[in-house]
Formats: sequence, structure tokens, C-alpha cells
Amino acid sequence: MKHFGVTAALLPFAALLVIAGTFTVGWERPPIEVQQIGFRGTGMEQPINPRADAKLRALNQMPAEVYPLDSAADLAAAPKARDVYENVTVLGDLPEPQFTRLMAAITEWVAPEQGCGYCHNLENLADDSVYTKVVARRMIEMTWNVNANWQDHVKDTGVTCYTCHRGNPVPQNIWFDAEPQRFASKGMLGRKDGQNLPSDLSVASSLPTTWLSDYLVGDAGVRVQSTAALPTDAPGATIQSTEKTYGMMMHMADGLGVSCNYCHNTQSFQSWDKSPRPACPPGMASGWSANSTSTT
Amino acid sequence: MALLSFERKYRVRGGTLIGGDLFDFWFGPFYVGFFGVTTIFFSALGTALIFWGAALGPTWNPWLISIAPPDIKYGLAMAPLAEGGLWQIITMCAVGAFVSWALREVEICRKLGIGYQVPIAFGVAIFAYVTLVIIRPMLLGAWGHGFPYGIFSHLDWVSNVGYQFLHFHYNPAHMLAVTFFFTTCLLLSLHGAVVLSSVNPAPGQVIKTPEHEDAYIRDTIGYSVGTLGIHRLGLFVALNAGFWSAVCIVISGPFWTRGWPEWWNWWLDMPVWS
Repeated sequence: MKHFGVTAALLPFAALLVIAGTFTVGWERPPIEVQQIGFRGTGMEQPINPRADAKLRALNQMPAEVYPLDSAADLAAAPKARDVYENVTVLGDLPEPQFTRLMAAITEWVAPEQGCGYCHNLENLADDSVYTKVVARRMIEMTWNVNANWQDHVKDTGVTCYTCHRGNPVPQNIWFDAEPQRFASKGMLGRKDGQNLPSDLSVASSLPTTWLSDYLVGDAGVRVQSTAALPTDAPGATIQSTEKTYGMMMHMADGLGVSCNYCHNTQSFQSWDKSPRPACPPGMASGWSANSTSTT
Repeated sequence: MALLSFERKYRVRGGTLIGGDLFDFWFGPFYVGFFGVTTIFFSALGTALIFWGAALGPTWNPWLISIAPPDIKYGLAMAPLAEGGLWQIITMCAVGAFVSWALREVEICRKLGIGYQVPIAFGVAIFAYVTLVIIRPMLLGAWGHGFPYGIFSHLDWVSNVGYQFLHFHYNPAHMLAVTFFFTTCLLLSLHGAVVLSSVNPAPGQVIKTPEHEDAYIRDTIGYSVGTLGIHRLGLFVALNAGFWSAVCIVISGPFWTRGWPEWWNWWLDMPVWS
């Protein structure tokens, strides 16, 4: 018997690996930096590609200051914005130099290409007839509200226009209600149930992409894990609701640039005493899930 | 006992890889050989160290005993015994015992004058283990990436490592491995069922021949690979299951750090329609 068997048996493996490596994209390479975030050997780790991480950090730098803020003494001596300009209804209490600086910064943050004219009638800056100006005023109030009343979430870091706009008049990561499926038949056939369509909302998986309206507009429960070890007579979460939770959680992890383990020990997703961040529960509770009713 | 018919052929001198005639003897029904000695040595030492590790740990509950690898901060260096060093030595013992056993199989194959299919098949299983506790940790730069030796704890490790990549079922090599595992089971059940049915006919009926088995399988699923072929096919799918298991974990981390679903974007990005 000829002894070419081993080589011949290895060939298909090698060929498949080469094909997979050549015709697919996005592969990474060692060295990979891994953060250990739990007891050794539990797999509680964050794999981080240092090269991709450097690019990501570069993309997320704060924009340069338009110009330095005046000293506190100068600001205290300066007149208020409302006394210098007409029709300053929201920012009127700001010292005039700070007000002007904020206007310049907002231009850089929100409409760097369009300039002041994106919100203002350049013939009369006080004119409220431009729709975007009215929106901008409301947005400033919202930012104030977030920074003043939602510190559970934004802490002392706070948010600015740049947090969401990042140089775009309309932030890139906005969402709309999912378009209802057209041509859906009445039975099971062809009913996509909002899933199986690759989307950033499910991180390119087959999981549902309609959860935003369920969770953020509606009040659907996100807690789908059973709290009992064995099945009970009580109705459990549906497959659809568990998949929505999974898709939403994957989207959140992807948005944060972390894996599930960043907050969860997957031994028990619902158990915060096993979490690598046991300080999370108060933050979680003050976030969005406090109003959700458990489905289990 | 049909096995006894080749006892005479099996109990022949020679075929050893190391040690010449020194260890070429039998202990009761068991061939010893140099690698039998090393297998006993590594197994005994490794098992004793596991018991020591269990004694150091908080529990004697067999489900919960766990010998964990070192913290990642130790990198590829040795760690203190009670903080993962035991895991490192037990891993050496395990690899030593597994490889010794494979080489003992090689010596037995040589005594029998048969091919090396059995040690090669076992070698694929060893390769999967070595990938988990040696190759992947070395690629990631720390022994701490190995899995812990405990019944429940290794399952926790599998779960957490899987969720490092958001949804491990989208790992293409994992898909292949799972499919090969299922196919192995399917083939084994089909093959076992048809053999048992053939040799255990209903009362009053005669035992069926392989030709009958072939005809039955052709009638049922359209094709029969044959009596010899089914064993080749079974070996192929079983080894592929182990091989792609090794691939699916070694690419997770060293060669991919994001969610596995995202890997499939190459399909969406194909020039034909993107």
C-alpha cells in the first residue's frame, strides 16, 4: 500500500484554509493585547487588537479648541450675551466672549462646511425664521438637561454637541422606525419578523433589527433569562424576545467596542455579583432598564 | 474471543521506537514499552498534582474542583505553583501522557504490521488539545489563555470565550466543526443500525450479508459507500470535527478580535453586488 495517505488527507484542510484566508477580509494577526477582567482561567477577557485600537482612538479625538476661553476675571467683567445681541433667549446669561466662542465651536462641531449660515440668516443673525436655528436652540437646552439632570449616566464628563454630531449637521448614527416588510404573506412563509437582514443594529447577524422601537420608544422587557434552573409552568420569554435582547446587546457591545464579557460573566448574564463590574447595577438601574417589566 | 487469534501476532519482539528490547515486554495483557513507562509517569504525576491543586482549593466537590491557569500578567513565564504553576505542570504532564500514548500506539501498529490510522486519529485529538492550551496561548502571549481543568469551570471558560466574540456560532470554522461532529454521529448511527439489524435478524430469518446492507442503504438514502468506505468516511468526518475545532479556537483571538457575525461581511462586500 502506498503511503501518501497523510499528505493527501492534509491537502483539503490546507486548501480550505488558504481559500478562506485569501477570499475573506478583515483578518487580524498577533500580537493581540488581552485585558484580564476576571479570575484567572474563567475566560473573562477583552481581546484588543492594538493596531485597530490606535486607529479607533485617533478617530475619537476631541476636536481642537477653537480658541482659548478668556480668564474668569475677564469673563466676569464682560457684558452678558443678551445685553450685546438681540433675541438670545437661552444662552443670554453667558458672558459675551463665552457666547461667541460657543457659537464658533458649534459651527466647528455641527456645520463645519456649511458655516454660520446653516442656522443663521446671515443678513440678520437674530432672525428666528431659519428652522435649524430653532432646532439648535432646543438642542442646547437638551444638552443642558442631560448634563444637569442625567449625571447618573454622563457623570461629570457630560456631553456636548460634538458627542453626537462629530462634524455632521445630522449625526451619522441616527435611526428610524423599521420599514414594514412589503410583500409579506400571511402565513409563516416569507415573514421575516424584522430579522435576517444584515444591519449594524444586529452587528451583521441574523438577529432582529427592530428592537430600537421596542425598547426605546416602547416599553418591552429586556430581561429574558429564566430565574429558575428548571422549566416552570409560568410562561417564559419568547424566542423572538430573547433574540431581540441578544441583537440589542450585541449592538451595544459593538458600539462600545467591547465584548459581552465587559459587563457580563456569561455564567449568569443576569447576575451582577458575578459581573466584572459589580458597580454597574446602580448605573444600569438608572439607565433604561429600570422602567422595563421583566418578561420572566 | 476472536481477538485472541491475533494475540500471537501481537506478542512479537521488535517494532519499538525507543529503548530497543529494554521495555519490550508485557504486563499481564498490556504491552509496556518505553512509552508505556512515560505514559504511567506523566499520568501519575499529573493526577497527583490535580489532587494537590484540589487540596489547595476551596472544595472537594468533584463538579467544582478547578485547576486554573495563571493570570495573564505572567505571560509565557512560569507562575507560582498555587497561582497557576500547577496548571502549567499538569499541562506538561497531560501533553506528555497523550503523546506517549500515541507513540505507544505507533509501536503496537509496528508490531502488528498495520497502518498508523489509530495513532494519527488520536494525534488529531491531541492536536486539538495542544491548540487550546499551548498554540493559542503562545499566539496570544500568555499561558493564562488556556482553559481551566475542572468540570464546571471549563464550561464557564468556553461560554465566556465564546461571548468575547459576541456570537460564536458565526465562527466559520466552528460551523464546520459542529457540522462534522453531527455528521459523524449521523454516519455512526446509520452504520451501527444497519450492521446491528443485519446480524440480529428477526427470529426465523437469516443473517444478512454486506451486499444486503449496501442494497438497504442504497434504497434508503440513494447511495452506499460500502463496508470499507464507511470506515474511511467515518474517520474523515471525525478527524475533520477535531481539526476544525482546533482551527475555530485558534483563529478566535490571534486572528480575529471582533464579533464573529461581522466576519461574514466579505459576502456582503463581494464586488459582484456591493
